[in-house]
Amino acid sequence: MESTIIKSRNFNASFGSNHVVKNVNIDIPRNHIIAVMGPSGCGKTTYLRCINRMHELIPGATCEGEMKLNNDDIYQMHPIFVRLKIGMVFQRPNPFPNLSIYDNVIAGYKLNGVKLPKADRDRIVEQSLTKVALWKEVKDSLTKKGSFLSGGQQQRLCIARCVAMEPEVILFDEPTSALDPISTSTVEELFAELKVNYTLIIVTHNMQQAARVSDKTAFFYLGELVEFDDTRIMFTNPKDNRTQNYITGRFS
Amino acid sequence: MAQIETELQLLKAEAINMWTLVNSQMSKARLAFLNFDKDLAREVVLKEKRVNGSELKIDRDCENIFALFCPVAIDLRFLLAILKINTNLERIGDIAEGIAKYVIDAEAPFGKDLLECTRILPMYEEAVRMLEDTQDAFEKEDTILARSVFKKDDFLDDVNKKSHKVLEQHVKDHPEDLSQALWILSIIRKLERVGDQSKNIAEEIIFYLEAKVLKHRNKFA
Repeated sequence: MESTIIKSRNFNASFGSNHVVKNVNIDIPRNHIIAVMGPSGCGKTTYLRCINRMHELIPGATCEGEMKLNNDDIYQMHPIFVRLKIGMVFQRPNPFPNLSIYDNVIAGYKLNGVKLPKADRDRIVEQSLTKVALWKEVKDSLTKKGSFLSGGQQQRLCIARCVAMEPEVILFDEPTSALDPISTSTVEELFAELKVNYTLIIVTHNMQQAARVSDKTAFFYLGELVEFDDTRIMFTNPKDNRTQNYITGRFS
Repeated sequence: MAQIETELQLLKAEAINMWTLVNSQMSKARLAFLNFDKDLAREVVLKEKRVNGSELKIDRDCENIFALFCPVAIDLRFLLAILKINTNLERIGDIAEGIAKYVIDAEAPFGKDLLECTRILPMYEEAVRMLEDTQDAFEKEDTILARSVFKKDDFLDDVNKKSHKVLEQHVKDHPEDLSQALWILSIIRKLERVGDQSKNIAEEIIFYLEAKVLKHRNKFA
């Protein structure tokens, strides 16, 4: 039996009077890769940002309904704690440009005022970079700036920075849309390895990527969760006509 | 209209053309067999090349659509179905050619007694009707009509099953008909295959439209 890690019930989100996410009910299983897709403006990114309360950073943003992490109400937790447990990787690689590769990985600890012995820091840096398949490439240049790396490497560095905080869930907002096909392929391979330890929720416009990497796919349209099912089913025999029209490119 | 839709519509039109051609091949081979018309039989043999050409074109077009458009859902099922339908139609085309070649090679018209006792003529008509029904079902996207093909195959199976004994008795009574009886038995076996191939095609139409896999299952359950 799959255990649920993120659970939404009657979840709604708005920006002022603009009702962006409408009554979403979903159970996201642990250690799975979930792809979230839908046309622009369908509420998928807003929903993603609601999971770790990033949407609160936008003035006028409100939400209601249930959003739980392991049965604990996310909106009753401290937002910093939520973001430690639910990390996020963005569309464009955003390593801290003035920090070294080493410092970028442990930036989460530094910014939260957590002081660690050097040996622990070294261990976390090596483990995190190994998990994102970057250790071999950068182990001899850890003191160089993060911005010294290629786009694909920078994105993996950002994933390592996220992984270093030992989250349970990692949210990805179009993580490969700024990368070339080879870097995209490397990051996609990484997803399968990360799934062993984390639950990944990926917003993507790239339907082939959703089909390639995810276990389950959610389709959003006009703020509603239209369909959520195994990716294999979503791409071979979706139940809802709106899903079929979207994935076959017949959306008007 | 999305480009993939245009491509799929063109492919559908090609498939329908091939279906029409194969239907015509089967019907002409039937007439050639019935009227012992060697000229018509030769025409069927010649036109078989066109069936093969259609098969190759449809295969190539499917390959291009897979490579260029990454089809999913109903588009993917349509392409998978077309690939299998294409193979089955080509084989039915081969069968029409095979029957026509028997007519060309036979020395005398087939005896009426032999045709009647084996029920080969109604069997042939039913086989052609099954093939026509699959084409109608495909064009009209009618899965009820596609399902009706399964039932029709029972008659073909029955004729085929009884043909051995019927022909054995006929040859005992008329040993001079041995050679013709062997031709007839071969044609019955071929028509039974047409029934099976039409059933396969009907299964593919249902798979494409309803996403249901009926292969190796009780079709009437």
